[in-house]
Amino acid sequence: MQTRFSWFNVTSIVLGFAFLYIPILLLVIYSFNESRLVTVWGGWSTKWYGSLLNNEQLLTAGWVTLRVAFISATFATILGTLAAIVLTRLGAFRGRTLFSGLVFAPLVMPEVITGLSLLLLFVAIGMDRGFWTITIAHITFSMCFAAVVVQSRLLDFDKSVEEAAMDLGATPVNSFFQVTLPIIAPAVISAWLLAFTLSLDDLVIASFTTGPGATTLPMKIYSQVRLGVTPEINAVSTIMIAFVTVGVLAASYITKRSTMKAAADARKAQ
Amino acid sequence: MRRWYVIAAPYIWLLLFFLIPFFIVFKLSLSDMARAMPPYVPVFDMSGLANFFSQLDFENYTFLLSDPLYINAYTSSLKIAAVATMFTLLVGYPIAYGMARAPREWRPTLMMLVILPFWTSFLIRVYAWIGILKKEGLLNLFLMNYGIISEPLNIMNTTTAVYIGIVYSYLPFMILPLYSSLEKISPALNEAAEDLGSPPWRAFWQVTFPLSMPGVIAGCLLVFIPATGEFVIPDLLGGSETLMIGKTLWSEFFNNSDWPVSSAVAVVLLLALVVPIVVFQRMQQREREAV
Repeated sequence: MQTRFSWFNVTSIVLGFAFLYIPILLLVIYSFNESRLVTVWGGWSTKWYGSLLNNEQLLTAGWVTLRVAFISATFATILGTLAAIVLTRLGAFRGRTLFSGLVFAPLVMPEVITGLSLLLLFVAIGMDRGFWTITIAHITFSMCFAAVVVQSRLLDFDKSVEEAAMDLGATPVNSFFQVTLPIIAPAVISAWLLAFTLSLDDLVIASFTTGPGATTLPMKIYSQVRLGVTPEINAVSTIMIAFVTVGVLAASYITKRSTMKAAADARKAQ
Repeated sequence: MRRWYVIAAPYIWLLLFFLIPFFIVFKLSLSDMARAMPPYVPVFDMSGLANFFSQLDFENYTFLLSDPLYINAYTSSLKIAAVATMFTLLVGYPIAYGMARAPREWRPTLMMLVILPFWTSFLIRVYAWIGILKKEGLLNLFLMNYGIISEPLNIMNTTTAVYIGIVYSYLPFMILPLYSSLEKISPALNEAAEDLGSPPWRAFWQVTFPLSMPGVIAGCLLVFIPATGEFVIPDLLGGSETLMIGKTLWSEFFNNSDWPVSSAVAVVLLLALVVPIVVFQRMQQREREAV
């Protein structure tokens, strides 16, 4: 078995990661640029971060975005976990094909279609557009991503522990909370984080489903980006990147530790 | 009976907020525009079924067919998405291959590094390219500094910039399925082919590549489908000559407030994507149920 690095593999990995990371890196570096001109390096400075703190509109938009992301990620994780259980544990039922279609379709649906169709629904039922319509829209598409993440964990683990719990007299609900949930917890956390960042990131669907008074950060960034590259936008972007990076690294650390602990427990049990 | 509660919650949610909205889009695409709020003649008026059917017409669709703008936008979206998917495959395959053949203890870290950009905002990643590609941007600055070119390259606001944007933004979607199918292929198969006298490139084309086909197809679909309806990339990086249907739908809706026509555009876009979406779902289902 050959699992050494060969020169071809190393080159393609290095070039590939350079391509993926250099644009982000440049953006981060230029957010610390003293000069207002994006391509002229005027020395290091954090003044653009300072000017963000005085930008009332951006701060408001940031706060709206965080609230939408928090609420929608929480509901999306609950609904997505239920959907994953339905697809992996409940066997056949009438309408299962339609259901799995509904779970997988939003993953690839062009955002303009999802956004437009949800807007028309909100208009048809006469719902006031704003914070809650964005949140509902975000729950709808991110629950499908959450379902996929949790589903792959549910498919992975040994079903017999659940069966054992039920043989010992646990109700299905009990066995879910005491046996299944602790095992799939890392996947549920990842699902929540994914739903959270998807919501944080969304421009198109939020633009369709929003109403007066609810502007999210991506909408704000978009309207400024159209006017050109500015160091303030670089600074906001850097903060968002840092936020997500820390979250993802923390999540992967938690997952790694819990899988190592599970492996250790399994060794002890033998 | 508890089982039904578990099924009902996500099922009803998706029916209500994903399936039913499509029917509304479809119905609206058959109605007439009106300058009012909401700006369309309500098709849901319950005044009578006959009345309802008399209001439905295919005017918006004949309008789409009669205006070359829409037809061109469709064909060029499909073309741009297809070409960009090819490029993404060409860029992504060697990376996925290198990752799958990397030492085992390295693989989780490499995976993490591929996923991380996917978690960072799409909008921000597209925005990062504006500063690089524009006329007085970092790429031109760099190339002219080293005397590689004497005139700045005009990449920003062209279709080339859109290709770069799509390849860059969707690369993780290509690498992940490719990696998961390449990782399953034992390097021993290649060694066997080489032992039997096949040169490495031939062993690759006749053994590894065919075995990685499921990953290739899944990756291509994951890039092609959303790229066809892409709005942010052509809007920010493309110029006026880059026609894409997602952008057309957006401007029809936000600039012209023509809801019926934008609904018709959405319906036609969906029809164009129905086949790849169904293929994708079948693959997902088969893969998940095979385990």
